[in-house]
Amino acid sequence: MGDLLVWLNDQLLRMQWLSDLVTWALQDVLGFDMSDRLAGALHFFIYDIIKIFILLSVLIFSISYVQSYFPPERTRRILGRRQGWATNILAALLGTITPFCSCSSIPLFIGFTSAGLPLAVTFSFLISSPLVDLASVILLASIFNWSIALTYVLVGLVLAVLGGTLIGRLKLESQVESFVFQSPVGDHDNNGQTSRRERCAYARAQVSEIVHRVWLYVVLGVGIGAAIHNWIPQAFISAALGQDRWWSVFVATVSGIPMYADIFGTLPIAEALVLKDVGVGTALAFMMSVTALSLPSMIMLKRVVKLPLLCVFIGIVASGIVAIGYLFNYAAPLLI
Amino acid sequence: MNIKILGSGCKKCIALGDNAQVAAQEIGVEFDIEKVTDVVAIAGYGIMSTPGLVVNDKVVSSGRVLTPAQIKEILLAA
Repeated sequence: MGDLLVWLNDQLLRMQWLSDLVTWALQDVLGFDMSDRLAGALHFFIYDIIKIFILLSVLIFSISYVQSYFPPERTRRILGRRQGWATNILAALLGTITPFCSCSSIPLFIGFTSAGLPLAVTFSFLISSPLVDLASVILLASIFNWSIALTYVLVGLVLAVLGGTLIGRLKLESQVESFVFQSPVGDHDNNGQTSRRERCAYARAQVSEIVHRVWLYVVLGVGIGAAIHNWIPQAFISAALGQDRWWSVFVATVSGIPMYADIFGTLPIAEALVLKDVGVGTALAFMMSVTALSLPSMIMLKRVVKLPLLCVFIGIVASGIVAIGYLFNYAAPLLI
Repeated sequence: MNIKILGSGCKKCIALGDNAQVAAQEIGVEFDIEKVTDVVAIAGYGIMSTPGLVVNDKVVSSGRVLTPAQIKEILLAA
């Protein structure tokens, strides 16, 4: 039983067969010497791209199918019925099965707030939504391992719950643009009237839309990852981001904030960094800060909240990411 | 009849716009189609997922690409 699970994990999730196939194609068909840098980079590039796209398509399809049961209107109704801590936890959990795109966060923010949901709950949702989703968890398990993937989910959810709660405690309602509260609240989600055929069609459309949107980031991310993997000297990376540098997590987080990429594009970069002996926490901090905080989504958020609240939001999420980074770096030996 | 498509320009919004045009033409009613792309303006209609369909300033659907037949039904009822 254990062996079967290991085999399934290696072949389906880590796609060992694909890695072997790419090695075979490069070495035996094209005549590359696998110890060569170019061959190493090509292997990383081809294997990662194919793997990510296969996993991405399968995962987005399944997640979108589940997601079709939780349109934002329903999420709002579920959250609106409850109060207290449990609502924050629920919001963070629901954030994991709702859209990955930061572009949907504004309509959600307005829709939640105008319906009277507290800021604490809305922000728990907004933090968890880009940060943790089922697809990224499976990809993390594929690239690293299950204990890292599950720990990532756990700390991501904790960050969302604590961050949201803290923002709620600060009583910053006055820092929300007033038109937000006056927006109409509509329920147009055809609740319960969706057929299985429609759900499948929706899931397929999501796959093509998301693959369309992220493919360039994935190719770029894998390209950068392959370059880091094979050409950037270890000494250079260790000097900036090495395990023994206390500032490494901090640098990784701050440099990730203005960047905008999907989690699928950042994963291969994190993978290459870890292969170069960068701490897992440092790599994850970079990944989280790229996905949870990005310039385009900040500019969007600025239209609905005032600057102080925006700064509080960035500050809380960034410090949370830094803390998680250090935690992972210290705990990593236990997880790998 | 005024028809608005709410959406920031994604593929689904374009599809919904095309379907609405087909439906309105088949009914043979006079109409104009307007595209609302600004996220804040879209949220002003009280919807949280795009694309949204607005007929005579009333939101009739959100988050779905309706078929021309479905839109025809809505337009006839409006």
